[in-house]
Amino acid sequence: MDFKFSDEQIMIRDTAEAFLAEVSTSAAVRAAMVTERGYDPDLWARICTEMYWPAIHIPEQYGGLGLGYVELVATLEQMGRRLLCAPFFASVCLAGNALLVAGNDAQKGAWLPRLVAGSSATLAFAGPQGGSDAAAVSVTCEQVGGRYRLNGVSRYVLDGHTAEWLVVAARAPGSAGNSGVSLLVLEANTEGVSRQWLPTMDQTRKQAQISFDDVWLDADALLGVEGESASALETVLDLARVALAADQVGGAQQSLDMTVDYLQERVQFGRSIASYQAVKHKCADMMVKVEAGRSALYYAACIADEALAGSAQSSQLAEAASIAKGYCSDAYFFNAGCGIQLFGGVGFTAEYDIQLYFKRAKSTETFLGNGDYHRQRLARQLLDEETI
Amino acid sequence: MKLSFSKQDEQFRAEVAAWLQANLCGEYETIRWRGGPGDEHMYVEERKAWERKLHEGGWTCIGWPEAHGGRGASIEQQVIFNEEYARAGGPGRIGHIGETLAGPTIIAFGSDQQQQRFLPGILRGEEFWCQGYSEPSAGSDLANVKTRASFDSDTQQWKISGQKVWTSLAHESQYCFVIARTDPDSVGHKGLGFFLLAMDQAGVDVRPIEQLTGTSEFNEVFFDEARCGANDIVGLPGDGWKVAMGLLGFERGVSTLGQQMLFQNELNEIVALAKRNGAARDPALRARIADAHMGLRIMRYNSMRMLSGGVDDGALQKSAMIYKLYWASWHRNLGKLAMDVLGDESEILEAAPYQLGRLQSMYLFTRSDTIYGGTNQIQRNIIAERALGMPREPRG
Ligand SMILES: Cc1cc2nc3c(=O)[nH]c(=O)nc-3n(C[C@H](O)[C@H](O)[C@H](O)COP(=O)(O)OP(=O)(O)OC[C@H]3O[C@@H](n4cnc5c(N)ncnc54)[C@H](O)[C@@H]3O)c2cc1C
Repeated sequence: MDFKFSDEQIMIRDTAEAFLAEVSTSAAVRAAMVTERGYDPDLWARICTEMYWPAIHIPEQYGGLGLGYVELVATLEQMGRRLLCAPFFASVCLAGNALLVAGNDAQKGAWLPRLVAGSSATLAFAGPQGGSDAAAVSVTCEQVGGRYRLNGVSRYVLDGHTAEWLVVAARAPGSAGNSGVSLLVLEANTEGVSRQWLPTMDQTRKQAQISFDDVWLDADALLGVEGESASALETVLDLARVALAADQVGGAQQSLDMTVDYLQERVQFGRSIASYQAVKHKCADMMVKVEAGRSALYYAACIADEALAGSAQSSQLAEAASIAKGYCSDAYFFNAGCGIQLFGGVGFTAEYDIQLYFKRAKSTETFLGNGDYHRQRLARQLLDEETI
Repeated sequence: MKLSFSKQDEQFRAEVAAWLQANLCGEYETIRWRGGPGDEHMYVEERKAWERKLHEGGWTCIGWPEAHGGRGASIEQQVIFNEEYARAGGPGRIGHIGETLAGPTIIAFGSDQQQQRFLPGILRGEEFWCQGYSEPSAGSDLANVKTRASFDSDTQQWKISGQKVWTSLAHESQYCFVIARTDPDSVGHKGLGFFLLAMDQAGVDVRPIEQLTGTSEFNEVFFDEARCGANDIVGLPGDGWKVAMGLLGFERGVSTLGQQMLFQNELNEIVALAKRNGAARDPALRARIADAHMGLRIMRYNSMRMLSGGVDDGALQKSAMIYKLYWASWHRNLGKLAMDVLGDESEILEAAPYQLGRLQSMYLFTRSDTIYGGTNQIQRNIIAERALGMPREPRG
């Protein structure tokens, strides 16, 4: 057991930190977030071709760096800290993981090198009712003469309006819950696909609605076995949950750091407000949240590595992912919320960045299940002796 | 980062488990699962005998260096031992203050002579220790101790006078480590000495204090010219604070993972109870049980981080700084959860006058977790000041 970053991992983390401090400044975030696209294409190109971040955990045979989930998470944490606006999470942690989990060799060989080269992608799984698991899938998929036909609407698709290719979760007509679910991969400009940007409260993470009207796909678009991919989807979502928890730990840390910096400077009643015990104790609680969240995150990252290598059970991944995502969701919201309170009036302005963290806290909390969702999921595992 | 244990460590785990299975039975069957927090007054003689048994197997003080009779066990091995011990239902370690506090302090700061004199008794599970820090006017503000130590040049001994309070297990202990003021004109953390004091003497009077549990795990201890040998001060007069603080560092040691196994046992009991009495169908309780589970897993990951000694989050080990506040608060919530899962039955005692069930006792005892060893408020002060660099509290 050696539960700490290696020197190489520290180097990867520090490089990400330094790069993002330079390129993902408050001004850069604010410029990107008000656009419909939601990111700066030049910065995205640098991220892919100079930093090689999309390659981090992709195996070398597909053009990746062949590193692990721990390295990925260390980088994502820094992105969360700097509110990076980029299609990274959707491309790598949703679409990329879907290929890694469900794709065959040919499919991985076809799509992952594109991912590494900077082609953006995403996963569309939830229908108009929303939801955080296979039960949310509502687009239908019918096999007709060896080809597949998709119909329906997927909503809450991260970066869905800009992604160049898509992984779609669809179900057999009339099926529900975990049965009948398939995963398919396609170009976003396939005939019958129409996409609409959905303006969001958290402007740093873009969402879209995608309609599928008689979209025809060849047999090689199918990832895995037709109608039997619910558990693969769940694994993909669990991997994504771990990644999102990393964004949350980074954001929760930055919320705390920014708040403490402000408190040190602001004087009321003739002394620094950082000297008031009520304020200090709130900050101490914030640190407990972020450090506990970090411990949950790093553990889950190790399990994600083992799951991708086939040496951890999916129930282990589910448990670790639920613990990390559930806890970090609450922690980020707590820290950003306390941040606004401790900033006082300026915390409520558009000008101060704490509001951006507060909004990203909420959007990352809601996506892929909040604390309540994950507690219920864990409760089923604990109390109903079900595997989740 | 690597989660798995090495082959040798897994072998060690098997060895520990096998020894416990072969020995924690027969006459010791009754003390399995007993004597933990809230239950420390129970089966004292049997648990003392068990300490000696552990020593026969070479299982006391395994983390001490071999030169001092330990096994020099690695952190991983100590973790494994504590985990297997708790898993097997090993009784609360009556020797833990000696093994984890007094011993390591004497090893780190004590003289050769002190090491030879005091360590073997701890190792053999024959001599037990208590901690004489708190006083009526020195609680959170520990540096305010008033107990005095003066050197009597006639007898060549220290004479110690004053009062300690909340002294856990003083009534079962042969020795007490005491901080006392060697310089009568000093204030605060200057001018203190750290003494190794024998309890069995005329100048020491131990009076039990009844706790809200109805039992008495802690005591008042009065010193009236209690005697302490010239060689029984650790370090020099004036070094007491340094030694005392070094010792508090040992408190955050590997025993934390064993403590978590005890917590796990408690949580398992609550889960089993909830399934039996229908609480497992109550949506609010389900969420709280899951939350407790989540919190305990994270406690474990956090201590794995702490024990791996990473400084990936700066020179300060933040995982260590949050540890006490985190576990104490978690455990206190678990106590309340246990009562809420018990429901109406939570009020009904096992017997008059005040015999508590295990969970009731745990529930009441958890109210002390957030007080001893630095209260939650003091922990928050420490985190804010040392980890976050916020201004220090004004002092009177
Ligand atoms: C079960 C149990 C076992 C114990 N065993 C031992 C033992 O074996 N040996 C030993 O030496 N001691 C022992 N103690 C004593 C324990 O360490 C003290 O109780 C503890 O340090 C608090 O001191 P106090 O009780 O004097 O409370 P006080 O210091 O008077 O505190 C009272 C309240 O004021 C708050 N407070 C105090 N100062 C501040 C501050 N600066 N900022 C904010 N809030 C503050 C505290 O958080 C607390 O809520 C034990 C206590 C218990 C409950």
